[in-house]
Amino acid sequence: MVLSVCVGSSCHLKGSYDVIEAFKRLIEKHGLGDKVELRACFCLGRCSDGVAVKADNSYILNVNGANAEEKFENEILPLVS
Amino acid sequence: MQNRLFDTTVQQIKYEVIKELIKAYDNGLNNEIFHDIPIKIMPGPQASLRCCVYKERAILQERLKLAMGGDKDNKNVVEVIDIACDECPVDGVFVTPACRGCISHRCIEVCPKQAIKIEGKHAVVDKEKCIECGRCTQACPYNAIILQKRPCVLSCKANAIKVNADKKAVIDNDKCVGCGACVYQCPFGAISDKSYILDALDILKNSENNTKYKVYAIIAPAIVAQFNYARIEQVITGMSKLGFFQVVETAIGADLTLDHEADELKERGTLTTSCCPSFVKYIQINFPELAKYISDTPSPMVMAGKLLKALDPTGKVIFVGPCTSKKFEFKSDKAKDFIDCVISFEELQAFLDARNIDVSTLPDTALDNASYYGRIFARSGGIVEGVTDLAKERGFEAKPIAMSGLDECKKQLLMLKVNKSPYNFFEGMACDGGCVNGALCLHHGPKSLTDVNKYGAMAKEKTVENSVKLYELAKGNKSDE
Repeated sequence: MVLSVCVGSSCHLKGSYDVIEAFKRLIEKHGLGDKVELRACFCLGRCSDGVAVKADNSYILNVNGANAEEKFENEILPLVS
Repeated sequence: MQNRLFDTTVQQIKYEVIKELIKAYDNGLNNEIFHDIPIKIMPGPQASLRCCVYKERAILQERLKLAMGGDKDNKNVVEVIDIACDECPVDGVFVTPACRGCISHRCIEVCPKQAIKIEGKHAVVDKEKCIECGRCTQACPYNAIILQKRPCVLSCKANAIKVNADKKAVIDNDKCVGCGACVYQCPFGAISDKSYILDALDILKNSENNTKYKVYAIIAPAIVAQFNYARIEQVITGMSKLGFFQVVETAIGADLTLDHEADELKERGTLTTSCCPSFVKYIQINFPELAKYISDTPSPMVMAGKLLKALDPTGKVIFVGPCTSKKFEFKSDKAKDFIDCVISFEELQAFLDARNIDVSTLPDTALDNASYYGRIFARSGGIVEGVTDLAKERGFEAKPIAMSGLDECKKQLLMLKVNKSPYNFFEGMACDGGCVNGALCLHHGPKSLTDVNKYGAMAKEKTVENSVKLYELAKGNKSDE
C-alpha cells in the first residue's frame, strides 16, 4: 500500500511532519515495512480537512499528531492487505 | 498608467508589454501583435517619452521580442535594445559652471595626474591625462566637478558594458554575469531581460488544468516584500487562479541547501556559496583560481525542484523570483532536469493583471513550507546566520562573512586569493542587500529587509530538520519506482 501524507502548506501548518513521524513509528511497530510505503505529496486537494492522508485510493482526513495512532489502527490497518 | 506598483516607468512599460502579450496569448497569438500592441500602449499622436510616437512604438516592438524570448542565438538573458539606447554622454570628469575659480584650488592639489589647470579663473580638465579617479569631485568645496559615467557602465560591477563607435552600449558576454543591475539602472530601459513567460503559459495550458501533469510554482522568499497592496496569502490564491496546482516556497530548497552546505564546509574547510548564479559566474570569470572553493551544493531553486520532482516525477516546476540570473541558471546542466521555467515578480504581476485577477480582493491560501533559515536566504547574511548555527550544532567552527554587491565580493575574494582572509565561509550575492533587492523586484528599498525578517520569524519550522527529513523521504519515493 502507498500511504501518502500531504505536506502542502495548509496540512503542514496542521502538523504533517508529526503525522509522518507517527506513521513511521507505527509502520515499524506493526512490522509493515514491506507492505506500506510511506510517501509525502504536495496537496491532496482536501486542504480544509487536513492533515489529509491517502491510503492507495482512500482518503483519511483530519489526521494530526495526537490522533495519528488511532486513525492508523482504525482506518489504515484494515486497508492493508 | 495605473497606480504605482513599480519603482520606475521603465519597469512599468516592460510590464505593460508583457501584460498585453499574455492577453494576446489568451486570444490566440498572431503576427498582428507587433503592430497592435505598440499602438495600444502608445496610442499617440503625441509622443510621451521619446522624440516621436513612431520611435516609441519601434522600441516597444523590440521589447515585445524580448518578452517573447529575445534573440535565440544570444545565450545571455540580458540584451541591449540598440534603438532605445540614448547614447548618453561619456564625458568623464566635467567641471560645471558652479566652479568659482577659488584661490585654494583643492582640485589641483588632489589630482594625482596633474590633469587640472586653471584657465580664466575656471578649472579645466585635460582629458588626455585624467584617469577618472574622482578625487577632484570629492575635493571641490562647491561640488562643482562631477564624474559622469553612463548609468549602465556604472552599475556593471563585472565591467562588462562598453560603448561602441556609435555610442551605443554593448554587453561583453564573456564578462557579463547576468546580475541584471544594468536592467534596473538604465534610465532609458535600453537594457532588458528576456522573458520566458510564453513557455510558462504553454506549460500551464498543456497541463489541461493540472490533469495531464501538475504545475508547481516555487516562489522565492523575496516575494514577501513585493506585493505591498495585498497579503502574501492572497497572492497565493491568485496564483492558483492562474492555474498553478500548488505554490511552494523555494525556501524549502534553501533549507536543504543550507543543510548540505554546512556539511560541505566542515569537509572542505573553505567554501563560497553557490545559490547566486551571478556570484558563481563572477568567481569563474574573474577569480578562476578560487573556483575550487565554490560549493557543489545545488541552489535553493534547484533543491526545491529536486524535492518536487522526487515527490511528483511528472510534475512541472516554474520558479518565480526577483532575479535575472535564475533565467540562465535553470538552463544549466545542474538545473535543467528540475526546473522547467523561470519567471520574474514583474512578470507574475503582469500575468495576474492580464487575467484581471486583483489579489487584494481574494481570500487567503496558506503558504508555509520552509523554516526560518530558508526564508531569510532572501537577504544578505541569511546563509551566514544559518551556517553559523548549524556549525555550532555539528561541532565545528565557521568563520563566515556575508558579501552583497559584486564590489564587496571582489574585496573579500582578493583577500582570499592572497591567503589573507580571516574567513572560511563566503556568502556571496550579486545584488546589494541580497535577493530582496533583485533586479526584477517590483520595488526596492530598506523596508524589504524588515519584511523578510518578519516573514522568517513567522515560519512554523524553526530549524531545517523537517525539510531535510522530507527530502530523505522523497528520495526514498523515487528509488522505489
